[in-house]
Amino acid sequence: MYPDKTKMESLAEATNLAEVKGRSLWSDARTRFARNKAAVGGLVVLIAILLFALLGSFFQAWTYEAIDWKLMGRVAQIGGPSVENGHYFGADELGRDLYARVVQGTGISIMVGVVGSLVAVIVGTLYGATAGFFGGRIDNIMMRTVDVLMSIPFMFVLILMLVIWGRSITMLFVGIGLISWLDMARIVRGQTLTIKNKEFVEAAIAVGVSPFTIILRHIVPNLLGIVVVYATLLIPGLIMAESFISFLGLGVQEPMTSLGALIQAGSKQMLYGAWWQIAFPLFFFLATLFAFTFVGDGLRDALDPKDR
Amino acid sequence: MKIKTTLMASTAALLVLSGAAFAASPMAGETLAADQTFTYQDIDESPSIDPGMVEDVSGSAVVRNLFEGLMNQDADGNLIPGVATGYDLSDDKMTYTFHLRADAKWSNGDPVTAGDFVYAWRRAADPATASPYAWFVTDITGIKGAGAVGSGDAAPDTLGVEAADDQTLVVHLERPVPYFAQTVTHATMFPVPQAVVEAHGAEWTRPENIVGNGAYVLTEHVPQERMVMERNANYWNDGETVINKVVRLIINDETQAFTRWQAGELDLVGVPTGQYLSLKEQYPAEIYSNPRLCTYYYNFNMRDNAPEWMKDVRVRQALNLGFDRTVITDGILQAGQIPAYTFTPPTTAGFTVPVVESAAMTQDERNELAKSLMAEAGYGPDNPISAEILYNTSEGHKSIAIAVSQMWKENLGIESTINNMEWGTFLEARGAGQFEISRAGWCGDYNEASTFLDLYGSGSGYNDAGYNSAEVDALLAEAKTAEDPQSLYNQIETIAAADAPIIPIYFYTSVGARQATLKGWPDNNVENAWYARDLYKVE
Amino acid sequence: MFTYIARRLTVAVPTILILITISFVLMWSAPGSPFMGEKLPPPEVMANLEAKYGLDQPYWKQYVDYLTNVIFHFDFGPSFKFKDRTVNDIIAQGFPVTLTYGFWSFIVAVIFGVGLGVTAAIRHNTWLDYLSVGFAIGSQSIPNYVMAPILVLVFTLWLGWLPGGGWEGGTWDHIIMPVIALSTSYFASIARITRSSMLEVLNSGFIRTAKAKGLPMSRVILKHALKPALLPVLSYLGPAFVGMVTGSVIIDQYFSTGGIGQFFVNSAFNRDYSTMMGITILVGTLTIIFNLLVDVLYAWIDPKIRY
Repeated sequence: MYPDKTKMESLAEATNLAEVKGRSLWSDARTRFARNKAAVGGLVVLIAILLFALLGSFFQAWTYEAIDWKLMGRVAQIGGPSVENGHYFGADELGRDLYARVVQGTGISIMVGVVGSLVAVIVGTLYGATAGFFGGRIDNIMMRTVDVLMSIPFMFVLILMLVIWGRSITMLFVGIGLISWLDMARIVRGQTLTIKNKEFVEAAIAVGVSPFTIILRHIVPNLLGIVVVYATLLIPGLIMAESFISFLGLGVQEPMTSLGALIQAGSKQMLYGAWWQIAFPLFFFLATLFAFTFVGDGLRDALDPKDR
Repeated sequence: MKIKTTLMASTAALLVLSGAAFAASPMAGETLAADQTFTYQDIDESPSIDPGMVEDVSGSAVVRNLFEGLMNQDADGNLIPGVATGYDLSDDKMTYTFHLRADAKWSNGDPVTAGDFVYAWRRAADPATASPYAWFVTDITGIKGAGAVGSGDAAPDTLGVEAADDQTLVVHLERPVPYFAQTVTHATMFPVPQAVVEAHGAEWTRPENIVGNGAYVLTEHVPQERMVMERNANYWNDGETVINKVVRLIINDETQAFTRWQAGELDLVGVPTGQYLSLKEQYPAEIYSNPRLCTYYYNFNMRDNAPEWMKDVRVRQALNLGFDRTVITDGILQAGQIPAYTFTPPTTAGFTVPVVESAAMTQDERNELAKSLMAEAGYGPDNPISAEILYNTSEGHKSIAIAVSQMWKENLGIESTINNMEWGTFLEARGAGQFEISRAGWCGDYNEASTFLDLYGSGSGYNDAGYNSAEVDALLAEAKTAEDPQSLYNQIETIAAADAPIIPIYFYTSVGARQATLKGWPDNNVENAWYARDLYKVE
Repeated sequence: MFTYIARRLTVAVPTILILITISFVLMWSAPGSPFMGEKLPPPEVMANLEAKYGLDQPYWKQYVDYLTNVIFHFDFGPSFKFKDRTVNDIIAQGFPVTLTYGFWSFIVAVIFGVGLGVTAAIRHNTWLDYLSVGFAIGSQSIPNYVMAPILVLVFTLWLGWLPGGGWEGGTWDHIIMPVIALSTSYFASIARITRSSMLEVLNSGFIRTAKAKGLPMSRVILKHALKPALLPVLSYLGPAFVGMVTGSVIIDQYFSTGGIGQFFVNSAFNRDYSTMMGITILVGTLTIIFNLLVDVLYAWIDPKIRY
C-alpha cells in the first residue's frame, strides 16, 4: 500500500508546472478536493477518528488497564458490549474495557503512522534535496547509496533491531519511518534538480547564501505539495507495518496497545464467541486506513490536474 | 544381599490381570478402527531428534517412538522393562546391572547390545559432542567419572559404564542415587547406532540414514511441516503394536490447529489458551487436563543489584501474599491448574507438599497480612515502591503478568510495570540477574523432588533468583544421601517459603483435545511420557 | 543497454556485501546465544558448541570465513538450530514451497489487480469504481492473521473442501488457501496503480483520437490503452514478485507449509545466525535481480527510455 512512485513523479511535474505558471496551486487544489466525494468523505471520517482518539477517553467508564474482575474468565459469555456495566465495546480476554483500549490503540496506531511518515518525509526530503542541490560526485554517491539500500529488506532489519535493543516506542517510530524514506529521496532529488536552475535559487547562490539555508528556505518549500501527499499516502502502509510488528510481539509494551495488537488478540478469540474483540478494533483499523487512503488520493488528484 | 528386581515377571503378571500394561491393549467390546494412523500436533520443530542431542519435550516424544531405552514408563509413570528385562542393584546401591533382552534389534536387523548404550552415554557426556543435554549425564545421573568427562578433564571412556557382555550393562555410580533407574527412561540415555552415527555424522537422523531401535522408524521429515513414522518390523514387541503410522504435524498457531482438529484432521492437539472451560463444555469427552511435573513461578532478584526494597524479606513476602492465585488458575488458565505456595509439585513421586503458613490462609487474610508487612517495612502511599515484571513474549505469560500487577496495584498500592522480551534476550537478562522480578517455569527432569529443590542451591546453574542460603545448601547436601529425604525436603520448602526468593504461582497441567476414538493415552503419567505403541484407535 | 546492465550489476556486488555486513553487525550485537535454552548448557559444553560453529574465532575471521564459503563454495554453513540440517538444506526445502504458492499468488494478484483496476478506470466515478477501490483496499487491509483462521473455518471446518494446512509436496488443495491469503495483500496495490495510470492514458490524446474514430471501447482498451497503462504497474511488480516468492511468516505459520517465509523471522528469534544470514542474502539477491529484470523489461517495452 505504499504510494505509487510513478504517480508521485507525475505530481511532482504538475506542482512544478503550477509554480511556473504562477497559478495559485493551493486554492485550485482546495476547490478540486472539495468536489471529490470520496476524499471529502475520507476527511470527515478521519476527523471523526482523530476526535475519538483524542477525546474518547473522557467518556470511558474504565481505564485501559483496569481489569473488571467480575468478567474475568467468563468474558466470552458475559463480557459483550453493554451500556450498564460501562463496557460499551465489551471487554478484552482479560476483562479490561475494550472501549478504553480501542481509544488508546487508535491513538497509538495513528501516532505510529504519522510520526513514522514524518520521519520518512523529513529524512527523504533533506537527503534528496542535498543530493540534487550539490549534484556531481556527491549526488552520484548519495544516489548509489539509495540504490544499495533499496535492495535491503528493511522490515527484517527493523525486526532485528527490535529484537536486539528491546522494544521501545521511539524505536518503533524511527524504525518504521526509516523503512520508507528511500522513494521520497529519489523523487525529491529529481525535483531539486529542476528547481536548482530557477532564477531565485541562482540569485541566492550568487549572493552567497549557504547551501543548507538555500535547501531549507528555497527548495524544500517548493516541494511542499508532493511532501504532503506522499506523507498522507505513506501513513496507511506504516499503520499496517505496525500491525505486523505487533503480530510478532514486538509492538508497544503492555498495558499500552495499538490497533494491530488488539486485532491480533481478537483474532485468537473470534472463533470462540467473543466477536466484539475483533470487530471493534478491526472496524477502526479499516476506517483509519480507508480514510487516509482516500484523503491522500484526493490530495494527489487535487494537486495534479492532469488526472482530471 | 543383592536386591533382585524382577520387573519383567511382575509386570507380566499384571498384564494378565488388568490387561493394560505396556502395549496397546484394547478393552473387551472395542473394535479397532481400520485406519490406525495417529496424527498429532506440535507447536514448533525440534532442534534435534538425535537421542544424544535432543533438548525439547516434543523432540523427546519423537525419540521415545524411534528409540527405546533400558526402561520405559507405564501409563502411571512406573518403571517397566524396555530393552532391559530388569536390573540388579548392589548392596551399596552404587552398581546397577541391567540385563538386556536378546531379541532387541535395530531397525536394520542388528542386535541392540550393551555396547550401544556405552557408546551413546559416552557420546552424550563427551564435550566434543556438545550436547545441550550433556548435563543430564554428567550432573544428574551420578555415574562415576561423569563430571570429569563432561568438563573435558577425563577421556569419555573413563565413564563408569561398561558392557560385561552383549546382554549385560554395568553402571557404577559415584554415590547412591535413589532415582537412577528413572533417569534411563530419559531420551538422553537412549542407545544410538555407532556405525550409522559415524558414517553420516550430524545427518544420521535424516529419514534416509536413520536406524533406530524403537517401535517406529522415521520415513519422512519435512522440517516445520511434518514427520512420518512407520512401524518397525524389527522391534521386539512389534506384535503387540497397533498404531501403524504416526504423523507429527507442526502447526504454530493453536487456534488453527484446534480448528483442524475439529475438522477431524488430527487425533490430538493442544487447546487454545484461555478457551479450556468453554471448549470443555462443547467437547466434554475429548478435552482433558492432566497433572504435570512443572511449576510456574516468579523470581525475585536476590543479588546485590536489586532495588533496596526487594532486599527486605517483608516486602517480598507481601508481594508473595498480595495477589489471588485462583484468579490466575480459575480466571485465566481455567484448566485445573493448582495454586502453588511452595515449589515442588504435589504430583512428585514420594513427596507430600508441606503446608506452609501462606497456603493455609484465605486470600483476605493474605491481603491483610501483606498490607501490614508493607506498613511494617515502611512502604505505603507516602513511600511507594514500583516493581518491574520481566517475562518472555507469550500470550499466557502476558495475561498472568497483567493480572498480577493489577492485583498488586489494587491490594497493595504497588505500581508495577510489565516488560516482555523475546526469548533469547529474556534468557540473557534473566541469567545475568538484570531484572527485578522475572517469570520462570520449571519441569522435573525425573520424578523426584530434588529435580526441583536443587534449584534453591546456591551453586545451581538454574537458580535465577540468585538465592543463597547456607542452611538450604546444607540440607540439600544431606538429602542427597539420606534414606528418607522427605523431612529434609519439608525443611527446605519451609525455609524457602519464609525467605521468599521466589513467588510460586501454580502447578501446571497438560491440556489437550483428543478424538474420542483414540485410546490408551497415559493420563496419569505426570512426565507426559507417551509411547505411540501403547495407543490404539477404535471405530 | 549492456553498459547499463553491467553498471547495475557492479552495484549489486557491494549491495550484497553491505547486506551481509549489516546482518553480521546486528548479529554480533544481539544479546542471547543460539545455544541458550531455558536450561543453560554448562560452560564447557557452551565452549564446545561455540568452537563447533566457529563462534570462538575473532569477528573479522568469522566474517572472512563466512564470505569465503558463501562466495566460493556457495555454502551458507550449518543451521545453528536444526542440528541435522545445513542452511542450504533449509533453503532447498523451503524455497520451492514459497516459490510455488508465491508464483500462483503473483498470477492471481496480477489478473485480479489489473482487472479490477481497469474496470474501475473505465467506470470512473461510478459505484463500480468505488466498489472496486473499496474492495481492493479492504482486502489488503485485513491482516492475514485474521484472514487465515476465517479461511480455515469456512473451507475446512464448515465446507470440508480443503485441508486446513500442511503442504504434502504441494498438491493443489494445499495451495489454494495460502494463495488467497497472500494475493489479497498485493492485488490492491496493483489495482490502484492500474486504475490511476489507466485513467491518465484514457484521457490522453491518442486514445481520444481512437475513440473519435469510432473504434469499440473494448478494442481501444485492449489494443491501445492497456500497454502504456501497465508500464507503471511493471515497476511495482519486481519487488512484489520477490515479496511473494519469498513467502510470508504469517502464511507459513498459519498454514504450516514448511516454507521459507517463517525462517526469516524465526531465525532471528532463535539466534540461528547462519539461517538468518542465508535467507537475508537470498532475499537481497532476488530483489536485486528482479529490480534489474523489471528495468530491462521496462526499457524494452517503452522505447522512450534510453540508458
